[in-house]
Amino acid sequence: MSSGLRTSPQPRDLFRGVTILAALAAPLALLLVVGQLTMLSSHTITRLGLGFLTGTTWDPPRETFGALPFIFGTVLTSGLALLLAVPVGIGVAIFLAQPGAGAMRAAIGVAVELLAAIPSVVYGLWALFIMGPWLQLHVAMPVSAGLGFIPLFAGPPRQTSIFTASMVLAVMVLPTLAAVSRDVVKAVPFRLTEAGVAMGATWWETTRKLVLPAARSGIVGATILALGRALGETIAVTMVIGNRPDITSHIFAPGYTLASVVANEFSEASGAAYSSALAEAALVLLLLTLVVNVFALILVRATVKRGLR
Amino acid sequence: MSRNSRRILATRLWRGLIYLTALLALVPLFLILFEVISKGLPAVIHLEFFQNTERPVGIPGGGVQHAIVGTLMMVGMASVFAIPMGIIGGIYLVEYGHGRWADYIRLASDVLVGMPSIALGLFAYAVFVVPARSHSAYSASIALAVLMLPVVIRTTESAVGLIPANLRESGLALGLPRWRISLQLILPAAAPGVVTGALLAVARASGETAPLLFTSFGNSFFNADPTKPMASLTLIVFHDALTPFQQLQDQAWGAALTLVVLVLILNLVSRFVFRRQIKRAAQIS
Repeated sequence: MSSGLRTSPQPRDLFRGVTILAALAAPLALLLVVGQLTMLSSHTITRLGLGFLTGTTWDPPRETFGALPFIFGTVLTSGLALLLAVPVGIGVAIFLAQPGAGAMRAAIGVAVELLAAIPSVVYGLWALFIMGPWLQLHVAMPVSAGLGFIPLFAGPPRQTSIFTASMVLAVMVLPTLAAVSRDVVKAVPFRLTEAGVAMGATWWETTRKLVLPAARSGIVGATILALGRALGETIAVTMVIGNRPDITSHIFAPGYTLASVVANEFSEASGAAYSSALAEAALVLLLLTLVVNVFALILVRATVKRGLR
Repeated sequence: MSRNSRRILATRLWRGLIYLTALLALVPLFLILFEVISKGLPAVIHLEFFQNTERPVGIPGGGVQHAIVGTLMMVGMASVFAIPMGIIGGIYLVEYGHGRWADYIRLASDVLVGMPSIALGLFAYAVFVVPARSHSAYSASIALAVLMLPVVIRTTESAVGLIPANLRESGLALGLPRWRISLQLILPAAAPGVVTGALLAVARASGETAPLLFTSFGNSFFNADPTKPMASLTLIVFHDALTPFQQLQDQAWGAALTLVVLVLILNLVSRFVFRRQIKRAAQIS
C-alpha cells in the first residue's frame, strides 16, 4: 500500500470511528452516572464519611443521617424475595429447557416474558390494593397468631410491610431468574443427558445429578442477577414497604429501602445536607448493584460459554 | 417397595413438582391482568378519560389525555437519541467486537441494563434540572435514553449475529468495503430483529416511573413544551394510588390499564416481528 493511500481517511476507518463512538456511549454513561451521583453527595461523603453507612438513625430535621436502616431493608427484602422466587424460578427453567410438552411450554415461556414486561408501577398498584390486604388477612395474621412467639413473625401485621414488599419483588424477579436459568440449563451439552439416559438413569436423576450440577454456577449467576434487580427495584417497593426507617426483625412490620427513601424524599428534601444524604443513599445502592451485577454476569457468561464449547 | 419403583416414583413426583412451579409462575400474571382490567375498565370506558386532563377531587370527568401525550412525547424523544445510537453501537460490537475492549463495552452495557433506574433519574436531575432551575420533559427523556441504549445495543448485536455468514461472504466476494456490507447487506437483513429490540426498549421506557420523579416531575395540565414539567401515565398511577381518594384511585387503575395495554401491544408486536427475523435468516442460508 502506498503512503498516499494510507494518509487519506479511509471509509472503513471512518466507519470504525463512528460506530465505536456510539458503542462507547454505554460505558461513558455508566461513568457519568457514578460521577454525578458522587458529586451530588459530596457534602455528606466528606462530612460523615463511613458514619453514613453505619449510622442507625435517620432524622433529617436534626441533620442526622444514618443509612443503615435502608441498607438493612434493601438487603432483607431482596433476600426474602429470592428465598421465595429461586425454587420456583429453577423449576420454571427446568420446565422450559426440557424437550416435550411443546404447547404448554410455549405458553408458559410467553407468560414469563409478559410478566417481565408489566411496568413496576402496575405491580406496585396491584400489591398495594390487592396483594397486600390479601396477604395480611390470609398469611400474616394466621402466621403471626400461631407463631408470634418467634420474633420474625411477631407484631401486628400490616398491609404495607417488609413481607409484602418481598412478595412483590419475588414476582418481579421471577422472569429474570427463569429466563437466565433456562438459557444456562439449555447450554448444558446434550451428551450429558444422553450419557445419563444410557446409564439407565431416570429423567429426574439425569437432571438432578448431571444437568443441574453442570449448570450450577450459571444458576447462581442468574440468582445474583435477580438479586441485583431486586436491590434496585424502586417504585413497586416504595408503594408497599410502609416507609419506616427501623432496623427490625419483624417481617410483618413496615420497613424502608435505599431506593424508596430516595423516591419518597428527594423531591421535598430541603437543605444541602438532606439532599446530599439522599444522593449518597442512591450512590450506595448504585455501587451495590454494580458489584452484584458484574459478579453475576461473569458467572453466567462463563457457564454459557463452557456449555457451548 | 423395590428400588426401581422408588426411583420411578421419585421422578414422577419431581416432574409433577416442576410442572407445578411452571403453573405457579402463571398465577401472578393472570391475577394482575384480571385486576387491572376489571378495575381499570370502568374508568376507561368513559371517552372523557382520553379527552380531558386531571380534575380536582369531587369534580367528575377527569382524564389522562395529557399523560398519554406526555408518555408518548418523552419516550419518543428518548427513542430519537437511543435507537440510532444503540443500533450503531451494536454494529460496532458485531463488526469489531472480538477483542478485550469490546468485551468491556458488552459488560458495561449489560451492567447499565441492570442499573437502578432511580439513579438515572438523579443523574439527569443533576445534569439538566439543576442548571436549568426547572423540571423538564427533556431531562426525563435523557434519563430514559440512557436506559434504552444498552437494550438496543445488545439486541442489535444478537439480531445481526443471527444473519448467516454467507451473506457477508457474498459481499466480500464482490469486493465491497466493510461499511457497505454492514449497512447495505447485513443491517437490512437483520432489520426485523433490530426493530424487535427497539420496540422492547420503547416498551421498557414507557413503563418507567423512577427516572421521571425528579426530572419531568408530573403536571396536572396539558403541556407539550419539553422544557417544562410534563405528566406521564406512570406518574399518574404512582401519585394517584397513594392518595386516599376513591376517584383518584379509580383513575390510577384506568391509567394502569392504558399503560399495560400499550406495553403488551409493543411486546406482542415485537414478538411477531422477531418471528419474521428468524424466517428471513433461514431464507438467506
